[in-house]
Amino acid sequence: MKFTTYIKASVVASFLVSGAAIAGPEAEVLHWWTSGGEAKSVAVLQQEFADNGGTWTDMPVAGGGGDAAMTALRARVLSGNAPTAVQLKGPAIQEWYEEGVLADISAVAEAQNWAGLLPASIAGHMMCEGTWCAAPVNVHRIDWIWANASVLEANGITMPTTWDEFNAAADKLAAAGITPLAHGGQAWQDATVFEAVALGIGGADFFRKAFVELDEATLTSDTMVAVFDQMRKMRGYVDDNFSGRDWNLATAMVMNGEAGFQIMGDWAKGEFLAAGKVPGEDFLCQSTPGDGFLYNVDSFAMFAVDGDDKQAGQALLAELIMGQNFQKVFNLNKGSIPARIDVSLDEFDICAHISSADMAASNEGGSLLPSYAHGMALRGAQSGAITDVVTAHFNSDMSSADAVAQLAAAVKNSM
Amino acid sequence: MIEWLERQLPKIVLAPSFFAVLVFVYGFIVWTGWVSLTRSRLLPKYDIVGTIQYDRLFVSPRWDTAMFNLAVFGALFIIISMLLGLLLAILLDQRIRTEGVIRTIYLYPMALSMIVTGTAWKWILNPGLGIEAMVKGWGFENFSFRWLVDPDMAIYTVVIAGVWQASGFVMALFLAGLRSVDEEIIKAAQIDGIPTWRIYSAIIIPSMAPIFLSAFIVLAHLAIKAFDLVIALTGGGPGYSTDLPATYMYAMAFSRGDIGQAAASAMVMMLVVFAIVVPYLYSELRAKND
Amino acid sequence: MPHRQNRLGRIALRWGLYILLGLFALYYLMPLFVMVTTSLKSLEEIRTGSLVALPRDVTFEPWRTAWAHACTGIQCEGLRPYFWNSVMLAVPAVAISTLLGAINGYVVAQWRFKGANIIFSLMLFGCFIPFQVVLLPMARVLGMLGLAGSISGLVFVHVIYGIGFTTLFFRNYYVNIPVELVKAAKVDGAGFFRIFWAIFLPLSLPIIVVTVIWQFTQIWNDFLFGVSFSQAGTQPITVALNNIVNSTTGVKEYNVDMAAAIIAALPTLLVYVVAGKYFIRGLTAGSVKG
Repeated sequence: MKFTTYIKASVVASFLVSGAAIAGPEAEVLHWWTSGGEAKSVAVLQQEFADNGGTWTDMPVAGGGGDAAMTALRARVLSGNAPTAVQLKGPAIQEWYEEGVLADISAVAEAQNWAGLLPASIAGHMMCEGTWCAAPVNVHRIDWIWANASVLEANGITMPTTWDEFNAAADKLAAAGITPLAHGGQAWQDATVFEAVALGIGGADFFRKAFVELDEATLTSDTMVAVFDQMRKMRGYVDDNFSGRDWNLATAMVMNGEAGFQIMGDWAKGEFLAAGKVPGEDFLCQSTPGDGFLYNVDSFAMFAVDGDDKQAGQALLAELIMGQNFQKVFNLNKGSIPARIDVSLDEFDICAHISSADMAASNEGGSLLPSYAHGMALRGAQSGAITDVVTAHFNSDMSSADAVAQLAAAVKNSM
Repeated sequence: MIEWLERQLPKIVLAPSFFAVLVFVYGFIVWTGWVSLTRSRLLPKYDIVGTIQYDRLFVSPRWDTAMFNLAVFGALFIIISMLLGLLLAILLDQRIRTEGVIRTIYLYPMALSMIVTGTAWKWILNPGLGIEAMVKGWGFENFSFRWLVDPDMAIYTVVIAGVWQASGFVMALFLAGLRSVDEEIIKAAQIDGIPTWRIYSAIIIPSMAPIFLSAFIVLAHLAIKAFDLVIALTGGGPGYSTDLPATYMYAMAFSRGDIGQAAASAMVMMLVVFAIVVPYLYSELRAKND
Repeated sequence: MPHRQNRLGRIALRWGLYILLGLFALYYLMPLFVMVTTSLKSLEEIRTGSLVALPRDVTFEPWRTAWAHACTGIQCEGLRPYFWNSVMLAVPAVAISTLLGAINGYVVAQWRFKGANIIFSLMLFGCFIPFQVVLLPMARVLGMLGLAGSISGLVFVHVIYGIGFTTLFFRNYYVNIPVELVKAAKVDGAGFFRIFWAIFLPLSLPIIVVTVIWQFTQIWNDFLFGVSFSQAGTQPITVALNNIVNSTTGVKEYNVDMAAAIIAALPTLLVYVVAGKYFIRGLTAGSVKG
């Protein structure tokens, strides 16, 4: 891999001198935020970039939660024409680093004291072998449960804090002819519910051992069987037509009162707000039963590129991404919360306040965990293998014991 | 010298295309074969480790499903598209006054990208939104059409949408074939009092054998490459029950960073293609040489 | 009165025929109906009403948005800028691959030399290679050629993987032209190119139409190559369409999605409607007869 080491060396070398602004900073940014609200959020960054004399070239590729963008990225890197900055997240950052194609942005990170501004576990995702290689944009919480306030009230239900309570509430709703759980039968949505259930039933240590460390004993434990048992129950709470449904249509079911609950990351809030619903009044937000906080942190990694103007662009971009203003405005638009812990949340809504408080508490208590379903905990091959089993179990009459056995086998085969 | 050049001209003209195909098809197949023997993950690596990727492939239940689906989908898609295409062509060949309009209606799906028609089909086939809800709304409470949400039946909805997309094109091929059958022969048969269905089954259809083969090639090509169709309609679900080899390969290569595994699945896919196409080419070209 | 009965029967048959054709037309039009009606509804109506119903209040706003204001990233300029990228890409790619196919087909069909059939089979097999397989090595090659991210690079890729089909079409067409024609022309002293130019090309209009339609549909609707081998500023319309339609965590505007899909398909639809007649004629003229 002479080619890549050459690039790495040249970038590290040139980064040292690129602190001072040369010509105009330039950046071609590959990302998958293309819908109205998301695009507006990124546009804030572009504006700030332009205000600082930079030229931003937009390279959006949506689809499959970034799959299409990753396809384009591979082709671009192999053709020796990597974009300047790329929306990347989780262990994929380290994977790309190992291919020797990422640039080092430690100079900016250390000057801005990122280590002091980010929760430790989130900072860990941004580092590659001790150097900073990515800049975090936001923290999405995954383990949310959303509910229709009036439906709950009409049926005398309060937000559940244990899975038993949830089951009881769901049975009540089902008896009243309301779909208890709005859900879209797509693999990633199945996985989203699964990890919320796993965290709730097994707890933080179980989750970490199973989905971060891939400990075989944990993967085949009785607790895991219990998790799949609960998943089978969840399947019973979903209406018959859930297959392939987009998540936002499931959210609409909660809004319309057709369904009581939905388990989905906090982008669902955007859908409620877009329909003019008020958090705390029309719809309720709470963490799914159990302790802990599953995060999905979007971030940008800088790719090794030639040219002082591009490298200046990377430095500027990294600096702006971690800037207070961008972190605030972006996350107000996106429904998530800032990755930096010192951003004022005055303008944020009640759900964001809950999210932020829980993040701080979980960080203290060691239960701030990466989401496996959203590619934060494991590399693609392993998380994909787990999702295959989860979705196969959810969409068939597979027994929990079989699912656990398949889970262990699939994880082993994915190594 | 010039005369020699003159004689070699056809080969020289063909050479660039042939060379391009050699490199960009066969060279890349060799490349894929090589990568399938490595542990390549995010990006291709070239250190050969043996057949581990094939071992992994053959124990994967998802791959089994994908291959099974390809057999079901491929067979039904090709057969139904051909039969429907032939039927429509025969119906349209009865001096239909509005032929131009109807033909365009049958043909247009080929022009649309599946990225979005998939969404439309998804709604139509969804029991709560589409056909089932509509028929129930007419008062037939017992009507049930829920293939899309049934893991055992969902692959058939992919067939429905696939046939929708391709059968019009096949119809065009057959219509052309019907039109090029010698009118005199048909007239002679009619005068002899042979019933219409006999004329079709005994004279016209047999004379279109080459068209069946052409239609087969076009359809087989679409079946093997079917990708957008599945992604847009079912996303491979429920579960992974509608996965096809092409979607499996894509998932491995690009969402999961498991390029070695993707290459192995690609090689197996290519073998399947080879097994289907080579007999066709053999028969086709042998006939020509007679 | 057997005569009258016969006539009645024929009328009934005729009616049955039209009804059957109409029913099939419904099947083909169903997704388009869903797409068009959805594109004319407001988002509010989609959220609250049935997905497959006529719009209560017709609005053309989604169409305007899709063309000129929808966000495909930071830029919210709709499909408009990408439309031209696709034109600049599709026109040369279609033209070059058709020309190459014509001349290749001419060589393979009329200037048979030893091994010509094998070369043709090898090229035809190239039609079947799954495009997912070639993405990564092709990216490397484009980088080495200095074509990475450019429209010329995309044209190059489409030409390479179009040659197989275009050669097939032209070869099957030219193979029916009597060899005596070339022989006679040679006796008259015409050379290789002169015969092609003066005799074959003028005969080729129908098959050119077929090839252009096929290639244009394939290239215009391609997403995989478009997304992999483009960069900011050279992305084709399918990538923009995908960006509008396929965002994962954003609010979905189905009406704009559907309008965008129809707009993106308009050029191909237009080609089908305008050239549809010639399409059938071209096929009739013998292109698909082996």
